[in-house]
Amino acid sequence: MVCESWKAKLDTYLDGELPEEEMREFDAHVRGCPSCSADALTRVQMKRAILLAGKRFSPSTEFRKRIQQSVAPQTRHSFGLRWMLAAAAVILVVGTLTISYVRSRSSGDQIYSEVADLHVAALASSSPVDVVSTDRHTVKPWFQGKIPFAFNLPELQNTEFTLLGGRMTYLDQTPGAHLVYDLRKHHISVLVFQERALKLTARWDENVRSPKNLPFNMETWSQGGLRYFVIGDANAADIDSLAKLFKAAS
Amino acid sequence: MIAGWFTLVCVSETSLPSGSFEQLAMPHFEPLYNFACWLTQDRQEAEDLVQETYAKALKGFSSFQQGTNFRAWIYKILRNTFLTSRTGLKATATVPLDVEGEEEVLPTAKETPESILLQRSDWQQVQQAMERLPVAYREVLLLCEVEEMSYQEISSTLGIPIGTVMSRLSRARKTLRADLRPGIQEG
Repeated sequence: MVCESWKAKLDTYLDGELPEEEMREFDAHVRGCPSCSADALTRVQMKRAILLAGKRFSPSTEFRKRIQQSVAPQTRHSFGLRWMLAAAAVILVVGTLTISYVRSRSSGDQIYSEVADLHVAALASSSPVDVVSTDRHTVKPWFQGKIPFAFNLPELQNTEFTLLGGRMTYLDQTPGAHLVYDLRKHHISVLVFQERALKLTARWDENVRSPKNLPFNMETWSQGGLRYFVIGDANAADIDSLAKLFKAAS
Repeated sequence: MIAGWFTLVCVSETSLPSGSFEQLAMPHFEPLYNFACWLTQDRQEAEDLVQETYAKALKGFSSFQQGTNFRAWIYKILRNTFLTSRTGLKATATVPLDVEGEEEVLPTAKETPESILLQRSDWQQVQQAMERLPVAYREVLLLCEVEEMSYQEISSTLGIPIGTVMSRLSRARKTLRADLRPGIQEG
């Protein structure tokens, strides 16, 4: 009957839940008591049987996948992520359009700059023109076979403009005609190219009479498949007058 | 600047805190399902119970205190969800009252339930006996013997004092032994 008090705590002992000192005392008692030792052995086997019997049910792979997906991180943040991606897409589009616009603008500025360079280079040359003549009927035929297009030169009678001559020139690897006029000691260049041959996709601003950063007045327009540039240090009204003469002649 | 935005998107995805929930919760998936099956005694109901448990746990994860016992926390959610289900309400309606302080009277017969069990070597009988246990005894026995929880952990999970854990555990074992030893009177 001495063992009754021990056996009342046998399950707690086997669960490892007795205080440390009491556990040691129980260990010593079980080793020396055949009755308690036998009870402990059968109860350990019972615990083992419950453990085996208790692990009975296993979930299906499909169910596991379903739960796994339901707790996966992306399901909780897809809303915020969508907004982030949408914002990124908008920025990408705006950025692309901005870059395209800037390139277009810079392309236009580049053309204006090159036209100005052609004008200055011709005037700085010891022979600004290759065909020296004030007669348009002499200058125009000179370009035959040299450029792949024909154009008309205006009649200058009753105007202050004087034709000095012409030369071949190149813009954007395209051959064209370069005519030089005189107006009260001012030299004005008129350049003519085939519009479709100019590879630079410039956005021509035909209202610009004095392009930014250029010390010249300039006017450009397209007519009959040809691109015209009139540039010089004369005032804008004179540049415009010469341009109108060419527009009327074409 | 555009590259910067894309970097930001990637970083925000990888630094999400929900990954830690998955890491904490998924190792308990199979034991939770097993426990749910024992409670409901129906696989479809068990799946619904586990699914609802994970949904509630994920939703309430921000209220979980890091460093505390996650297992006890998620088991508690499952058990509370079960208790409010139709099956749970029906099962707990027949829970016997806990009698605190009642000491188990051990059998004095030479032939014990454990020895009968050993002779039969049939753990399926143990399963059937466990199925017949009232749910209040079944759950405490499973948490102790199968999940190998400490009394303190069981107390937290079930929301009952440790003394009640011990008395229910004692009664569960006594009932199980009595079920496995028909015809043998306990002294």
